[in-house]
Amino acid sequence: MNTDKRLVYMDHAATTATRPEVAEAMLPYMTGHFGNPSSLYDLAKASREALEEARERVAAAIGAEPKQVYFTSGGTESDNWALKGVAFAKKEKGSHIITSVVEHHAISHTCEWLEKQGFSVTYLPVDRFGMVNPADVEAAITPETILITVMMANNEVGTIQPVAEIGAIAKKHGVLFHTDAVQAVGHIPVDVGELNIDLLSLSGHKFHGPKGTGALYIGPGVRLDPLMHGGAQERGRRAGTENVPGIVGLGLAVSLAVADMAENAERLTALRDRLTAGLLAIPHTYLNGHPDKRLPNNVNVVFEFIEGESILLLLNRYGIAASTGSACSSRSLDPSHVLMACGLPHEVVHGSLRLTLGEETTEADVDYVIAAVKEVVQRLRDMSPLTPPELRSQSIGGDKICITRR
Amino acid sequence: MYNEKVMDHFEHPRNQGAIEAADGTGEVGNAQCGDIMKIYLKVEADVITDVKFQTFGCGAAVASSSMATELIKGRTLAEAWELSNKAVAEALEGLPPQKLHCSVLAEEAIHTAINDYRTKHGLEAWEETGSHTH
Repeated sequence: MNTDKRLVYMDHAATTATRPEVAEAMLPYMTGHFGNPSSLYDLAKASREALEEARERVAAAIGAEPKQVYFTSGGTESDNWALKGVAFAKKEKGSHIITSVVEHHAISHTCEWLEKQGFSVTYLPVDRFGMVNPADVEAAITPETILITVMMANNEVGTIQPVAEIGAIAKKHGVLFHTDAVQAVGHIPVDVGELNIDLLSLSGHKFHGPKGTGALYIGPGVRLDPLMHGGAQERGRRAGTENVPGIVGLGLAVSLAVADMAENAERLTALRDRLTAGLLAIPHTYLNGHPDKRLPNNVNVVFEFIEGESILLLLNRYGIAASTGSACSSRSLDPSHVLMACGLPHEVVHGSLRLTLGEETTEADVDYVIAAVKEVVQRLRDMSPLTPPELRSQSIGGDKICITRR
Repeated sequence: MYNEKVMDHFEHPRNQGAIEAADGTGEVGNAQCGDIMKIYLKVEADVITDVKFQTFGCGAAVASSSMATELIKGRTLAEAWELSNKAVAEALEGLPPQKLHCSVLAEEAIHTAINDYRTKHGLEAWEETGSHTH
């Protein structure tokens, strides 16, 4: 196979390239329109207007009012703010939070920190597809419960959670409902009203906006303490001079993403299914996450008998950028908590591969990746002591050493 | 993340494979932790005349296996026993700190294979100590 300079970026769940037109729209707010939106003079007016236009755009993308959108530094800050802000604002009412075991670390590690502060947290299990059962949410609610937080779509396996059902349950019981929609906004339809969402986190760089940008939707009547203390920016709820260029980029990026969303989703779903089918043709390969209720761009599979970091290193030589849940590739050396929660054994989690497609992904890319993955998997299986004889090729590596098995 | 030497051994592993009717084999690690290393030895007159490895694991695990087999090929069993994980990591011109255990695995796999050979030949297994004397 040709392993020249071709680059196939299949890690859109990690981050995306900022669209050139988005980057271009941001530039004037770094140079000419550099005024601080809080200032009085004319120079600041352009910044202020840009801020409010971006707010309208984000609001429109999620079915909210502009005044309900608060800009942050990204998904992690939004998640931290929602959880800590509600927990501390409502601690007289109760100290119980409900979440799931498949949340992003921005949620799960915040929950763990809140536990150290005296709050109690219920971590709901998921089924083998990574799906939370809404009945479990309802059963976990106590008079002490102040917040339910369940992500809209999972970043690893792409499973789309029954957020509407969970939202309805939260509403029925008068409990606030937050959702981490970082992987969802700009990719699948999101309407905070229809879904009964009180708080929603989103992140700009997941839909071709700039990194370091995000927002928290705060629904009507939701009280939460600030995370950032300081000036009176963002209606006094989030201190710090607004990242005007970033916010401009976020606003434009979300508008563009939502405008093309239906068309893109349809195209990506077809590519996703083609990629999935191609990979599942490799023996001892299994799909992670829900077969249908999943993000249009997410493929996550496990290959038995091999390890994910090795897969990524070899795919990198084909110019393919991907991700794995293997412990060996994580800085913490912990295997994916999401795949473990789906019931996968440790040894299988190590062999996981996540490929997340984007709008520039073509059918030719998908076919190239399928062919490359087949070669890589075979090469690593030939090297692995776990591989059963029938899965080994006759020769291995460049040395053409015949494998002899007893 | 890895230096060129590690990548070279990962991408072009030396001595990868199995030896039929090996004189000694050693398998260490477990799939749960994400790495398993198996070493096969061919021994003639106390000298390792051939060595092969099979590894399930990350880039560092594969590179450590490859380098370790290179370092013990043609050596006596006593010399091979002395190969430390540090020597493997140094020969690879360094491993990231969180990957040093991969070189430990290589040392352990070789020790297990040597002792497999020794016990098969009615010899006493050498003991794992800080300073190996035999």
